[in-house]
Amino acid sequence: MSTPMSHLKRLEAESIHIIREVAATMAKPVMLYSIGKDSAVMLHLAMKAFHPGTPPFPLLHVDTTWKFREMIAFRDETARGLGLDLIVHINEDGVREGIGPFSHGSNVHTHVMKTVGLRQALDHYGFDAAFGGARRDEEKSRAKERIFSFRDGQHGWDPKNQRPEMWKIYNTRVAPGESIRVFPLSNWTELDIWQYILLENIPIVPLYFAKTRPVVERDGMLIMVDDDRMKLRDGETIQQRKVRFRTLGCYPLTGAIDSDAETLEDIVEEMLIARTSERQGRLIDRDEAGSMEKKKREGYF
Amino acid sequence: MHDTVANTQTARDLHGYIAEQERKSLLRFLTCGSVDDGKSTLIGRLLYDTKLIFEDQLAALEKDSRKHGTTGDDIDFALLVDGLEAEREQGITIDVAYRFFATPKRKFIVADTPGHEQYTRNMATGASTADLAIVLVDARAGIIRQTRRHSFIASLLGIRHVVVAINKIDLVGYDRAVFDTIAAEYRAFARDLGFETITPIPMSARYGDNVTTASANTGWYEGPTLLEHLESIPVDRIDTDKPFRLPVQFVNRPNLDFRGFSGTIASGTVSAGDAVVVAKSGKASTVARIVTADGDLQTAEAGQAVTLVLADEVEVSRGNMLVSPSARPEVADQFTADIIWFDEQPMLPGRTYLLRTETDQAPASITELKHRIDVNSFAHEAAKSLDLNEIGSCNISVQQPIAFDNYVDNRATGAFILIDRMTNRTVGAGLIRHPLRRASNIHWQALDVDKAVRAQMKHQKPVVLWFTGLSGSGKSTIANLLEKRLHNDGRHTYILDGDNVRHGLNRDLGFTEEDRVENIRRVAETAKLMVDAGLIVIVSFISPFQAERRMARELLAEGEFVEVFVDTPFEECARRDPKGLYAKALRGEIKNFTGVDSPYQPPENPEIHLDTVGRAPEDLVEAVATWLRQKGIA
Repeated sequence: MSTPMSHLKRLEAESIHIIREVAATMAKPVMLYSIGKDSAVMLHLAMKAFHPGTPPFPLLHVDTTWKFREMIAFRDETARGLGLDLIVHINEDGVREGIGPFSHGSNVHTHVMKTVGLRQALDHYGFDAAFGGARRDEEKSRAKERIFSFRDGQHGWDPKNQRPEMWKIYNTRVAPGESIRVFPLSNWTELDIWQYILLENIPIVPLYFAKTRPVVERDGMLIMVDDDRMKLRDGETIQQRKVRFRTLGCYPLTGAIDSDAETLEDIVEEMLIARTSERQGRLIDRDEAGSMEKKKREGYF
Repeated sequence: MHDTVANTQTARDLHGYIAEQERKSLLRFLTCGSVDDGKSTLIGRLLYDTKLIFEDQLAALEKDSRKHGTTGDDIDFALLVDGLEAEREQGITIDVAYRFFATPKRKFIVADTPGHEQYTRNMATGASTADLAIVLVDARAGIIRQTRRHSFIASLLGIRHVVVAINKIDLVGYDRAVFDTIAAEYRAFARDLGFETITPIPMSARYGDNVTTASANTGWYEGPTLLEHLESIPVDRIDTDKPFRLPVQFVNRPNLDFRGFSGTIASGTVSAGDAVVVAKSGKASTVARIVTADGDLQTAEAGQAVTLVLADEVEVSRGNMLVSPSARPEVADQFTADIIWFDEQPMLPGRTYLLRTETDQAPASITELKHRIDVNSFAHEAAKSLDLNEIGSCNISVQQPIAFDNYVDNRATGAFILIDRMTNRTVGAGLIRHPLRRASNIHWQALDVDKAVRAQMKHQKPVVLWFTGLSGSGKSTIANLLEKRLHNDGRHTYILDGDNVRHGLNRDLGFTEEDRVENIRRVAETAKLMVDAGLIVIVSFISPFQAERRMARELLAEGEFVEVFVDTPFEECARRDPKGLYAKALRGEIKNFTGVDSPYQPPENPEIHLDTVGRAPEDLVEAVATWLRQKGIA
């Protein structure tokens, strides 16, 4: 008898199964690549799923134009290095209207540049399945979502009427215009993600590691000054602090934490004594209670 | 998940810590039982007591408890898991939520499932992947219908371990007699459900009695706390000891030199050099390589996602199975199964659904509903259809053979779902029991004089002209005139008329939805035989449901089914009322009358659409005849 499969190997196998299922049954899938650690793991699993071939679908990044510069550089390098098709979509209507987090607030910015941008891209290319890196342990409405999550023709999610999802038998049928969001990392936790990155030596954006960076304290969060679009308010000063990020998104909406964790080992160790959840660093979830569910119903990932 | 402070010591030796995490076993369990028995509260309590709630979550919880909570000034733990707005507002659980936690001994995935009967499908979703069920019982109410229903579904889906959490024990004064009575009653009714262990625990989820710590209030209870029990119940899956099964998910052909069969091993083990068989064709080969991104493996086992390369060029596609030559699965197109129905639209024998196993898919219909199971008494009852949340034993016929095992022997290869072909909803889940042998004993008799030869002799192309429309829409009038005209032209025709057929072939059928489906099935099969005989068959039937018209279409070859929609508005039909039926139906004297209290689903893309208002029947006949001429049929 062999030794039982380890916890991470079980998660890995489950994710590979899900990814293959989409490739085998959907007409035009795409993988949402948001550049963060979860996307890094999801992409790594997709590479494994089709070895010795490559994934039979492109990557899609919905660029809000407010991502950290290091993220964009990492994104382009990753796609080039793996030889994958990368589609970058920007909501040009939003750009023309000058939508941004500083001028319009996180709600409007996220809705226009991310949610609407995503819907535009999916409609434009006619994708009928889109992988996302969301995990059920992230947030309460995520904990309720199926692995194969059906969306109507308007990309809406109806949380009260989800398809039953029995065993590993996934109903991947959609009518024209409808689509499915697929979450291969549903059963992973944040700690699993970090342990797997450590174990598999998966490259991630350097922003996850502690380094001295220029930050401003604003609304109880540490915001990194990533370019000159960020104007200081009265009383604010730029401080050089050793910080890192637990999640990555638009730089004006993503809080850094003070940290000395410079290696993956340090990060995992730091996590074991963490007293706050990772989404606390995301401004978009804090706008109102139930805000994630609302965004998801509108088509946000 | 984190075992935060308790583990800072081990965290110092990080790699040792990770290795330890990796060695932990995983238990997947669900909480079920009736609404308000405290399922969500129990999970919230488990997360809280195992220190898995972060400070920011706790702050949000305290705020939420004041806003939505039902526990006064105390923390309402249910709000930790009821994540949907509608759930928080109504204080109920609608859909299953998955939560993750770990103790130093084990990792857990818990599915918190809804108690309301209307959300049973979501409970089944949670149960389908679980190893253990916690059935909550309100100590004040005792065992109720929902306790039995959930226990039955858990048993049906193959869960072997049950914890009977006799909750709110504080509200009966920690009374041992109450606990003993409920525990005994549970054991009595669950005797035939085949659980390996039944563990009753007196509990207060709200106050934490016997959840993670033994309660001082129940000194008379000597068993384990819930958490102790969850940590110690054996979970070694024996899937690796079963015969080898690899349902092929994806054929990996990145280039001309590589052809691999990807999938997750459902059971057993496989090694390079092993002989395997393709389940459906019986073709044999040998495993040349077990390919993974981390290098080739010598051996792989149940649960692993691999790619097998075979030594021979054998035909294998998605939906087939690579299996052990000495212990093969069943391959059949007819079998019996237990079905749990999930949809508001009832399950109708005769209607075609899409059947999907882990990787295979084929159209299928229920040929016989043998009995429905009363979830309260577990008695078998006669039934003609299954409604939402009902369970029944059925015979199923699939259009192509599938490979499967008995669900009892193999959860992965013995299960399927049913999908509605119109809405794509998942309408049911099935557990396969055994194949029906008659499938393999009745072979189609190939005849030398065939359809083409017969049609040739008649100088016509055999088709079915399927007239559908409301009662009184003019179907029979048009059909009759059309047949006369075709007959005068020397065509060989036959009319199958709804009313006439009900006098003979279908005299045993009524007008319920089930009987209407069977009515159409018989007529469609009859029409098919007549087309085989070379005839132009005119079917004049209300045939109100799209699904059955589609079934008829699929029985015939491409181009042989011509749907003619006789489109007369309801008001007009009711006004004409040639047989006086509308008047009776509107007075309530006829039940299930199409257009009155039974729906008519108009065709979406009929070959011929006859808008009858303001047009003489002769014009309409001319329109059909012109169409037939243009298509070279007659």
